[in-house]
Amino acid sequence: MLYIPGNNPAMIQQGGVYGADSILLDLEDAVALNQKDAARTLVRNMIKVVDFYDAEVCVRVNHLSTPFGLADLETIVPLQPSAIRYPKTESAEEVAELLKIIERIEDRHGLPHNKMTLHAMIETAMGVQNVFNIASMFRRVDAITIGGQDLTADMNIVYTADGVGIDFARKRIVMAAKASHIDVIDTVFPDVNDEEGLRRETEYAKKIGFTGKAVINPRQIDIIHDVFTPTEEEIRKAYHIVKEFRMNTAAGIGVFAIDGKMVDAPVVSRAEYILKLANVTVG
Amino acid sequence: MKPKIAAQSGTFESSDVIFLIEPLPDNSGRKLDISSTVMQQYGSSFNRIVTEMLDEYQMTDIHLIAKDKGALEPTIKARLETAINRSMERQEGTL
Amino acid sequence: MLNSLGREIPEYIEGIGKLEPFQGALAKLRKGWMSEPTIPAPNRAYLPHQSKLCKSLEEAILRSNPHNGMTVSFHHHLRNGDILLVQTLTILHNMGIREITLASSSLNECHDPILPYLKDRTVTRIFSSGIRNQLGRAIALGILDTPVVIHSHGGRVRGIHTGKIKIDLAIIPASAADCEGNATGSHGKSAFGSIGYAVIDARYAKEVIVVTDNLVDYPCIPLSISQNFIDHVVVVDSIGDASKIATGTTRITKSPMDLRIAKIAADVIEHSGFFVPGFAFQVGAGGASLAVAKFIREKMKTKGIKGSFMLGGITSYCVDMLNDGLFETIFDVQSFDAVVSNSLLNNRRHIEIPAALYANPFNCGCITNKIDVVVLGALEIDVDFNVNVITGSEGYIRGASGGHSDTASGAKLTVVVCPSFRGRIPIIKKRVHTIVTPGETVHVLVTERGICVNPMFPELEENLKRAGLNVKDIHDLEIEVDKITGIPGPLEYTDKIVGIVEYRDGTIIDVIHQIKEK
Repeated sequence: MLYIPGNNPAMIQQGGVYGADSILLDLEDAVALNQKDAARTLVRNMIKVVDFYDAEVCVRVNHLSTPFGLADLETIVPLQPSAIRYPKTESAEEVAELLKIIERIEDRHGLPHNKMTLHAMIETAMGVQNVFNIASMFRRVDAITIGGQDLTADMNIVYTADGVGIDFARKRIVMAAKASHIDVIDTVFPDVNDEEGLRRETEYAKKIGFTGKAVINPRQIDIIHDVFTPTEEEIRKAYHIVKEFRMNTAAGIGVFAIDGKMVDAPVVSRAEYILKLANVTVG
Repeated sequence: MKPKIAAQSGTFESSDVIFLIEPLPDNSGRKLDISSTVMQQYGSSFNRIVTEMLDEYQMTDIHLIAKDKGALEPTIKARLETAINRSMERQEGTL
Repeated sequence: MLNSLGREIPEYIEGIGKLEPFQGALAKLRKGWMSEPTIPAPNRAYLPHQSKLCKSLEEAILRSNPHNGMTVSFHHHLRNGDILLVQTLTILHNMGIREITLASSSLNECHDPILPYLKDRTVTRIFSSGIRNQLGRAIALGILDTPVVIHSHGGRVRGIHTGKIKIDLAIIPASAADCEGNATGSHGKSAFGSIGYAVIDARYAKEVIVVTDNLVDYPCIPLSISQNFIDHVVVVDSIGDASKIATGTTRITKSPMDLRIAKIAADVIEHSGFFVPGFAFQVGAGGASLAVAKFIREKMKTKGIKGSFMLGGITSYCVDMLNDGLFETIFDVQSFDAVVSNSLLNNRRHIEIPAALYANPFNCGCITNKIDVVVLGALEIDVDFNVNVITGSEGYIRGASGGHSDTASGAKLTVVVCPSFRGRIPIIKKRVHTIVTPGETVHVLVTERGICVNPMFPELEENLKRAGLNVKDIHDLEIEVDKITGIPGPLEYTDKIVGIVEYRDGTIIDVIHQIKEK
């Protein structure tokens, strides 16, 4: 998920070429307060024309408590990007209110309510406390994300490279997403030149359950793909497991062993997940 | 319509364009000063876009300066729209 | 008459002579020898212990029989730090010498100060592999009556052998030299590494002046240039601006776009079928091209592949790969940074080669013939894969042929890397303004928006598709990019020819027309 500042035409027009799974056109923190109108108009024009290839297109709007939030929604919702990303989400009530506004705009334009989804960003202590409700109560919320910098600010702590301060929040948010069966995206890694650090943090995020990570520079994409893409070895193993499972199921055998290790339902479902990530089908 | 105030939009970055709009005295029509790094190749299409949009917004008594660094059409249109709206003081939601 | 790429080539040009149209990259080579006779190199005799040292460049030039209509040659190993070309022409101008033919292996921005000498007919003809900036603009606008001749690095050697470029005086700046004229660029305060392009000048010029800011005790080693070809030696305070001659090390680009293109190009190379142990590799020094080396280096390490040699313009990055043991040898015709000079001097696997050995098509085999994979840039490329590296989007001359067509013709896999558009101008055209490298020698184009394989190489296309790479038809990509940028208006030319582009075999692959100034 590649963040692109909404007021930067050079970056927007090239957004689709870097191989990111999704493009996040940002009207919020990446845009100066006196350029909000310019960015909104630019993003509107660009979304209509620019080919982002296979990438999903999301737009991060400003919070409704700012003078820009509503105007952002009025402009962006009719374009129906894949998703709207909403910053500093703190409660289910807030999401309900937001969805009401979105649906009103959609009604006005004769648009369906089930196409565009919502990504809720959890960036405050209150948001972390309420994250399960935010994640679970709305059909349109199909991903939640953690915003590390804002969260540490809200907690009055310093953002450190080891991420200790937001570790609890990370895990709590992951758990809420898992319980709600939606995606959960990790925060950005701010130091573009520290490739090793990015790799370490991404590996950690993957280990604790995140399904993706946001990036602020296209140069970070390859490392994240590298970490999240299953290795050849993993794919081969998963393929073997799923194939054996199907053969055994067809033969009426429930539990079986591969290389002396028992293969049961959770092992099979994890293997299926790996094959899905790798775009491999078992023939 | 005549611009109410002088206004500006865009940046000097590559692939962007900067527009400056100033009101002129009544009945002075339009004055356009357009320069572009790709004038030879896209000068006429740039002029056409500007003229069409000024027509669309019925702008007159306007001095418009454009400095283009290879902006694509959607960018040119977005920047001009922003500049016009700012000059008409009707851009909402901007501090 | 039309050449085989459909370009109209005049049969004769005043001041240049009869032209032979291009008929295919290998057409002339199939014969097995060069049709034109090779002219003899000049001969002269020196007495034992006769001094070659001159007090000044002026004195050396005076002793070199300066005359109207003479041809003066230079090498461009000092890149944008060169000061001697401008100094020499100023001296000749002040002596009242007129109608000089300038034969520099290339011309850079630092040579802009000679523009007045083009105006006042001090210089009336130019042979060069590259022309840039104000000179390129003025020439495209028609400042010279006789068209400039753009040649490749290999083609320049052929041109000198055949006498098309008949050098009266060669000026050879060197960062170290002795009193006899043995000279090198590999050490000294103005070190620039290989002096490979100047070797042919030393051999064929009627008079040769070595200019150095670092006179060393006899003998100066290595004998990159040897005394038996040198007439005069001049010591000056400085041969150039060291900060512009060579930067410390070459850094890999941080541009996400260049890195993206380079990453895709490395994937293309990996799956091309030519990424095998013992492969020979050449990359350019700039932007995306050099960045390909970074990704190839990683792939070589992961896959345990060791290459044979690296060739061409050498950067510190190539030296690192040699020192990592990833390649056996470097053949260095031009060195790009200070680290390279050191390596050239001290590592016996890092070998200085002259331009003839590098790329001249008419000998028993230049090293470009042995390249497996070369990565090259482009100002423009067309749907027939013809590449322009000489004229920019405004029609001005602003690039260099260099080793582009030489290496492309020799390599088993020629990869052209470039963004699909620059500053709104699409790079993929129906027809490039100027052809430097013919499409038949280009295998694959890599852009950020897709990979296009020359249909002459279906096996390569299959390999890349099988690897799941984003292969597109070049016509489709051209249309896709035009949709993004809009179709640019055409440039306006006059009938006047301001430049001719020689292919490496001496035939004419294209001409450059005068631009109408708006």
